[in-house]
Amino acid sequence: MTAHPAPADDAPLLSVRGLTRRYGARVGCEGVAFDLWPGEVLGIVGESGSGKSTLLSCLAGHMAPDAGQVVFDGRDTVTMAEPERRRLARTDWAFVHQNPRDGLRMGVSAGGNVGERLMAIGARHYGAIRAQAVDWMGRVEIAADRVDDRPARFSGGMQQRLQIARNLVTGPRLVFMDEPTGGLDVSVQARLLDLLRGLVREMGLSAVIVTHDLAVVRLLADRLMVMKDGRVVEQGLTDQVLDDPQHAYTQLLVSSVLQA
Amino acid sequence: MTAMIEITGLAKAFTLHNQGGAVIPVMAGGALEVHPGECVGLVGASGAGKSTLMRMVWGNYLAQAGSIRVGTLDVARAQPREIMALRRGTLGYVSQFLRVVPRVPTRDVVAEPLRALGVAEGVAQARVAELLAALNIPERLWGLSPTTFSGGEQQRVNIARGFAHPYPVLLLDEPTASLDPANRAVVLGLIEAAKARGAAILGIFHDEGARMRVCDRTVDVRAFAPPATAPAPA
Repeated sequence: MTAHPAPADDAPLLSVRGLTRRYGARVGCEGVAFDLWPGEVLGIVGESGSGKSTLLSCLAGHMAPDAGQVVFDGRDTVTMAEPERRRLARTDWAFVHQNPRDGLRMGVSAGGNVGERLMAIGARHYGAIRAQAVDWMGRVEIAADRVDDRPARFSGGMQQRLQIARNLVTGPRLVFMDEPTGGLDVSVQARLLDLLRGLVREMGLSAVIVTHDLAVVRLLADRLMVMKDGRVVEQGLTDQVLDDPQHAYTQLLVSSVLQA
Repeated sequence: MTAMIEITGLAKAFTLHNQGGAVIPVMAGGALEVHPGECVGLVGASGAGKSTLMRMVWGNYLAQAGSIRVGTLDVARAQPREIMALRRGTLGYVSQFLRVVPRVPTRDVVAEPLRALGVAEGVAQARVAELLAALNIPERLWGLSPTTFSGGEQQRVNIARGFAHPYPVLLLDEPTASLDPANRAVVLGLIEAAKARGAAILGIFHDEGARMRVCDRTVDVRAFAPPATAPAPA
């Protein structure tokens, strides 16, 4: 592995230009451009079919874009060789799926799920791996005595916290999240939001969070991007976009939310 | 001494795309300065644009024209990340409503601005305890989420959070609105202490007694009404 200098304070960690993905004649996402700096959380909102999940897949290397650049820490992840991209996905990146079953191995113990990511980057000492797994389960508020249980026996909220532990144990710099609070009860969502906020701050993580929930982005995201029909129609500070939306679609989105 | 807030030529209009594209001008030619150690009160009838002006300084409302210098940054032209940095260290805001993640304990809500600045946990918690005690929030409530508190208690938690870090610039939107006389006096004391340490404060105070006590002067936002305006939205 080549050594890469840490980006300077004024250099973005992730720099995206002209990112486009089509499905035949249909647009998945088109001409998306943004910069993400270390420690920043970017929210992406839009209704179903707006292209936000396609965009996240292209950013995370799960899908090849038709055009554009995704430059992470000075390297274009679109043109890099597949092994290098896979290595990034194991080390510097993490991906939290909406459905924890897509991000966990359901037949493996909770501790095994966390330890597996460590082994993938070369950890070999069983005791150390187990200790780190237990430590991370504690950080996501799962009791240590559940370390040998399979995630299938966990509640949805616990599964989601375990998925977060599995993702963050390797100390990534960039986390992609697809509707991380999507399938959860409201009370469980709040706990997860608080947990994510704390982890982002303590670890200095950058994150890209796709959601349709404006309350979630208000509490979690520093900046917000609004997508419609595959294009970014508005972006800015989260509270600015939500409190003083400029685009017709954003105004509709914000005014459609029920006040609890 | 150089002003900490310097606003010139500030203009604002809302365009309501889903209501026939109606354009509602609310401000033109807005201008004011706030110097270190000074508290300036915004006055003018409800709907005249006091809160709108304050939100433009905070950066959650966009300006159509003009400049809003806070410290060394022109908020009207700044990138989001520059405003984020300004809000972390320089610009504090006590809004009228507390907006927090549910279930987060009060002491963590108040400590959050200090943690974001990397203040050591012990130092942060000592400051939090000092503020919550001064604002008469009973200690048994500190471990509970403020979402279940009364309006006055939530407002005091909001004030504690806004005063946790000694920001050089403070925006205060009705900080004494729902407080009893004892707590109102505490808050006015906090404002006077902030002035004494050199903070530049821009505030909205419907409470005339409070305004008389802490404001060095007032600025009437009706002077910034756009020509031939319809009444502005609240």
